[in-house]
Amino acid sequence: MTWEWQVFLSDDGSGRTYFEWIIQAWGWTLGVAACAWVIAISIGFMVGTLRTATKYPVVVTLGNAWVEVFRNIPILVQVFLWYFVLPRVFTSMQQWPGFVLVVIALGFFTSSRIAEQVKAGINALPKGQGMAALAMGLTPLQSYRYVILPMALRIILPPLTSESMNLLKNSSVAFAVSIPELTMFAMQAQEETSRGIEIYLAVTLLYALSAFLVNRLMAALERHLQIPGAIPSISGGH
Amino acid sequence: MGELDLSFFSYDIISKFVLKGLYFSTELTIGSTIGGVILGTVLALMRLSGTKTLSWIAVIYVNGMRSIPLVMVILWFFLLMPTLIGHSIGAETSAFITFIAFEAAFFSEIMRAGIQSISKGQVMAAQALGMTYAQNMQLVVLPQAFRNMLPVLMTQTIVLFQDTSLVYAIGAYDLLKGFVTAGKIYGRPEEAYLLATVVYFVICFSLSSWVKRLQAKISIIR
Repeated sequence: MTWEWQVFLSDDGSGRTYFEWIIQAWGWTLGVAACAWVIAISIGFMVGTLRTATKYPVVVTLGNAWVEVFRNIPILVQVFLWYFVLPRVFTSMQQWPGFVLVVIALGFFTSSRIAEQVKAGINALPKGQGMAALAMGLTPLQSYRYVILPMALRIILPPLTSESMNLLKNSSVAFAVSIPELTMFAMQAQEETSRGIEIYLAVTLLYALSAFLVNRLMAALERHLQIPGAIPSISGGH
Repeated sequence: MGELDLSFFSYDIISKFVLKGLYFSTELTIGSTIGGVILGTVLALMRLSGTKTLSWIAVIYVNGMRSIPLVMVILWFFLLMPTLIGHSIGAETSAFITFIAFEAAFFSEIMRAGIQSISKGQVMAAQALGMTYAQNMQLVVLPQAFRNMLPVLMTQTIVLFQDTSLVYAIGAYDLLKGFVTAGKIYGRPEEAYLLATVVYFVICFSLSSWVKRLQAKISIIR
């Protein structure tokens, strides 16, 4: 077998080279993952926090239901649900671009996992932390904002790192609804050029590189947030 | 608001399209759990063996598999298998090999944690009794490691079951494909997706509730 890397310099039929195409596809992958990450973190922290509000059983039940629903349906099926089924039922969603629908699907799916981590992080804190905050006259909301959540965030950063890397990898399911991201590129370019091995290798390397970037970004965040002496130092990733 | 018409769904569809897919998804889940745990245990033992070369091979394999999306792994095997073994194999066989190879990386991390959870004293006591490495692993370490990790292994199996839907990428006939095919033939694709969602949820939710109960039971015994 011989390598034919010059396949990346050939025209794909629309005036761009396969090299330009794969870079654009990489941009889509990173874009989908980044937008979904923002949704997943926001909802994940909100739902995870609400699940610890044991004074309000209804809120806890709703939070648990959120986690169970989005965790127990395969991500690919959720993508189909957002892309095909919901726009059929709610016709106004038909104008929404596919990108938005996939980002919501990935964001909600990942939010359930993050909510689980957030809840575990909050429950891992000594009860005294929250009580001390209340005793100092903070309102429950303030005690979460200034005491409990900042501590919990630092505890859950390592699992949050692997969830973020999972999100990046899961973004590959967007191929199923024709988002032009890396996996879609891999499938189409493989068919057009029949140089599958070169194409797949390049895509695989870009995924690995992206996962590594996410890992380093989260590690930097961890260092940035570290309080000397507060928590035994935790190294990110793997 | 658009209307969904679920009336097309009948026993006929279940027996013609869905059951075949469910059978394959289940078979793939069970087969690759067993294969994955065996290969994963070997990888974990390699990693903990203390021999540099063996442990490096295991580290590279596990971390490599874990840093690329499963869909890409599925595509890779589907592309390479015919070249490697000389003749083309179906999407289903390719899926089996892929899932065993991919999930082994995840099971190996679980088994490694399980093996490391066994106290050193156990291993030393077995050595003091004159057991060989193989006897030590087979009779003392692995049974306990396996039992300690049972809930985690089960949870991973549920994740695996969800992941089987990704064989969509190579067109293998799994549970999701069963619904998609039925939806296409009856001209009701959206309804079919909705039904697939419900079925996957019911299966995964029941299984994970069962694992939760199992976990509570095991933690009482300890």
